[in-house]
Amino acid sequence: MSSLLGLTAHQLQGLLEKKEISSEDLVKEHLTRIAQSEEQIKAFVTVTGQEALQQARTIDEKRSRGEQPGSLAGIPLALTDNLCTQGIKTTASSRMLRDFRPPYNAAVVEKLQEAGAVSVGKCNLDEFGLGASTENSAFFPTHNPYGEQAVPGGACGGAAAAVAAQEVVFALGSDTGGSLRQPASFCGVIGLKPTYGAVSRYGLIACASSLDQVGCFTRDMTDCALVMNVIYGRDAKDSTSVSFPAGDFTKFLVNDVKGLKIGIPREYLQEVNDPRITAYLQQAAAKLEELGAVCEEVSLPHTAEAASCYNLILAAEVSSNLARYDGVQYGLRVQGEDLVSMYKKSRSQGFGEEVKKQIILGTYVLSSGQYEDYYLQALKVRTLIKEDFAQVLSKYDCLLTPATPTAAFDFGAIKDNLSLLTSLNTLTCPANLAGIPALSLPFGTAAQGSPCGLQLLGRAFGEETLLRVGYALEQNTNLTQPSPAVKGEM
Amino acid sequence: MSTEYEVVIGLEVHAELKTKTKIFCSCPTEFGGEENTHVCPGCLGFPGTLPIMNKKAVEYAVRAGLALNCEIQEYSKFDRKHYFYPDLPTAYQISQFEFPICKAGYVEIAVNGKKKKIRLNRIHLEEDAGKLLHSGNSITSSQYSLADYNRSGMGLIELVSEPDLSSAEEARTYLEKLRAVLEYTGVSDVKMEQGSLRCDANISLRPVGSSKLGTKTEIKNMNSYRSLQRALEYEIERQREVLEEGGTIIQETRGWDEEKGITSSMRSKEEADDYRYFSDPDLPPIVLEPAWVEEIRASLPELPDAKKDRLVMELGLSEYDADIITGSRALADFFDKTVTLFNEPKTVANWVMGEYLRLLNAEGTEVQESKVSPEKMAALLKSQATGKISGKMAKAVFEEMFMTGKDPEKIIKEKGLVQISDTDALGEIVEKVLAANPQSVADYQAGKEKALGFLVGQVMKETKGQANPGVVNGLLKQKLTD
Ligand SMILES: [Zn+2]
Repeated sequence: MSSLLGLTAHQLQGLLEKKEISSEDLVKEHLTRIAQSEEQIKAFVTVTGQEALQQARTIDEKRSRGEQPGSLAGIPLALTDNLCTQGIKTTASSRMLRDFRPPYNAAVVEKLQEAGAVSVGKCNLDEFGLGASTENSAFFPTHNPYGEQAVPGGACGGAAAAVAAQEVVFALGSDTGGSLRQPASFCGVIGLKPTYGAVSRYGLIACASSLDQVGCFTRDMTDCALVMNVIYGRDAKDSTSVSFPAGDFTKFLVNDVKGLKIGIPREYLQEVNDPRITAYLQQAAAKLEELGAVCEEVSLPHTAEAASCYNLILAAEVSSNLARYDGVQYGLRVQGEDLVSMYKKSRSQGFGEEVKKQIILGTYVLSSGQYEDYYLQALKVRTLIKEDFAQVLSKYDCLLTPATPTAAFDFGAIKDNLSLLTSLNTLTCPANLAGIPALSLPFGTAAQGSPCGLQLLGRAFGEETLLRVGYALEQNTNLTQPSPAVKGEM
Repeated sequence: MSTEYEVVIGLEVHAELKTKTKIFCSCPTEFGGEENTHVCPGCLGFPGTLPIMNKKAVEYAVRAGLALNCEIQEYSKFDRKHYFYPDLPTAYQISQFEFPICKAGYVEIAVNGKKKKIRLNRIHLEEDAGKLLHSGNSITSSQYSLADYNRSGMGLIELVSEPDLSSAEEARTYLEKLRAVLEYTGVSDVKMEQGSLRCDANISLRPVGSSKLGTKTEIKNMNSYRSLQRALEYEIERQREVLEEGGTIIQETRGWDEEKGITSSMRSKEEADDYRYFSDPDLPPIVLEPAWVEEIRASLPELPDAKKDRLVMELGLSEYDADIITGSRALADFFDKTVTLFNEPKTVANWVMGEYLRLLNAEGTEVQESKVSPEKMAALLKSQATGKISGKMAKAVFEEMFMTGKDPEKIIKEKGLVQISDTDALGEIVEKVLAANPQSVADYQAGKEKALGFLVGQVMKETKGQANPGVVNGLLKQKLTD
């Protein structure tokens, strides 16, 4: 039997349905891969091999009884470790939650289980989702499968690396300001951040509630649509979630972009540091025009303010969301001589540097006397950014931008490099501020063969267009599937 | 000459909503469950959990607002109020800061016969915190403290008055009025002892005629109507003394000590928290349909003021009686129901205000728990009205009925308590008594009226109290003058 690694969910499904392979074999093969590659990649905080095999066997039994075991039955996946899993450690890569086992599953985890997908473990991230490289994980950094010196991106670098290293078929993560799309770009996989409210946030350990969305990493557009079919939809446990009228997303996988109007925001191009990325974007635009779409340069005038606006809103919400980790009920408690010293010691020792920085900044911008000058200003800028998108997207079906200004950078490179961080955020955070859907699609390789990605931005609930354009690029170019990061016989 | 001071008081009242479930999760709100049994990951503030608005809580807040003449806001939203304390699981309380659900209401109170309108600034929705049980006196002096989160996430409304109250008595009357309205509308259990009604006061003094407010203090820990009044009376005197001695009032929070009967400083303004309010991103704003608000308005019961007016104007009760009867909905409903069955409002009022309230207070029972139903009450009053039993018997029957819940007819029968009004039967006994007491007969005939009373008493004694005293009186007079 040839290796099953690197195949997509829809390819594997065919094999499983025809009973050419079993879920158990499929999961075993991925667990073996994890055992081989983890020393190098370090994508996982927790591997749940026993649970995964047990679940795979159950799926196989169902299938042998002729039951329909679900749309993603038996397919191995990974979850970013800020998605709550009942009885299984959920750490958010923080010392604070090192031993935290939630008594409940995140809504998306429940949905995946119903669809029969098999989680093989929990992936590393920047602590509580704060970072762009996984270097802020309290445990260890994850390595980019395309180059050991390179970061996988972040915050959800572990999940992106796990898919790229063929440790799993797909993965779920969260996107607060690019935490899913940026690592997808660095690791050569697809990353989708849904429209705000399209996917339940219940059980996602909050980073910044008004920006967070759960999304997915996949190897191709078809898998992306299949995972969307499972995780989308209104959830009574999240009052910011809404019902999504799309139905089956695979019906938008049509090789046809005729008549679509695609805008290319010039402010985004100005952020790019690698000329190859600009060239790829132009190549993609040319291909889309060739296929009948119209591509035009557009302007989103408040793009330059987006990163500062994002920094303030992020910090404010983080300072509030992370206030609950006080050592009282769960998580790390460091005893002190009195209540206040217990608070101080628990939070000082439980949180890492970046988290503390965000909490201090957020506490400051919400404090009386500063609120109007910082937080309120940020809210106003957020409205302007939303209006920019509303205006442009009333004339264009979607926008095409680079996903990242560079390919994956080396460890240590982002620390104290504010302009790199600002560029990264400028390309990805506006979609979170505006709540619109965004897709990061691998497109060619930049320096040293590292993958790099393009980004598609759509109207709120306009995922359909992103799927169509992404699918057309996938079908009509050979740039969306970088060669495997790790050889099968590693 | 000393300055005359005017008292300025505003109250912040918290009332726990009587919804079946908590405000942002589906845990039950029952009082008195075993510690930490009415909890879920949501009201324990676990990571990744999200608040879900309880529609009933919104409805109750609107009910309260309508009953208190507020402007109901079509748009309101939730904010997070941040502070660290172990009874607050997320370290922020979900509350309404910027856009409350009700604004600008009022209630009317009457103190010493003078009516006064007290304005409400706002009513807003928020969640309650849990409870701490300290091993020592306070969290700072305790070896350890235990946390019970059953109360965490219970729905509250906070009713904030304008500083329109000018005495401790007015403050107490205002609070009693709010209590009645919230009870009538079914919004809250309003039990101060159980903490479902809580009250803080802002209080300051200023020279009479001054338009500028004096420095205020905030008084906490007042757990009954009486302690509210006592605490405010104490604080008024304290502030007056400070001012008269030429001192200045420090803006601070002061706690009422029920045992010592004093207020003392808890923390100064400088130590006050910066709550860092901001819009809660997890909850969409509340947008009310005007039609829904009108539906709620239409469903409001008769409110205390209207009920009181009706009792005075239509049923002829005194202001005082009407005030007491309408002070609680349960009592007013009991009265109303009894009157529909026995249409003599004044008699019913006398019984309700007299025997009924006396026994309720003596036994520490609530109207709702009482074994006396309006049906039984009316039956008893009918027996008295028809002369079947005497007033004295009625009281005895009532007492037994109150304790046992038995039907009055049954009690009357068991005790053999039938009043003898039959003149033939009584005539014989009267003859017997007259024959046995010649001295009294002579005294009466000599003009000593008192002797009649003695003779009546003798007849009552002979009949074991069952004779109808009116009939006996008549018979005696008749025989004595024959
Ligand atoms: Zn609960």
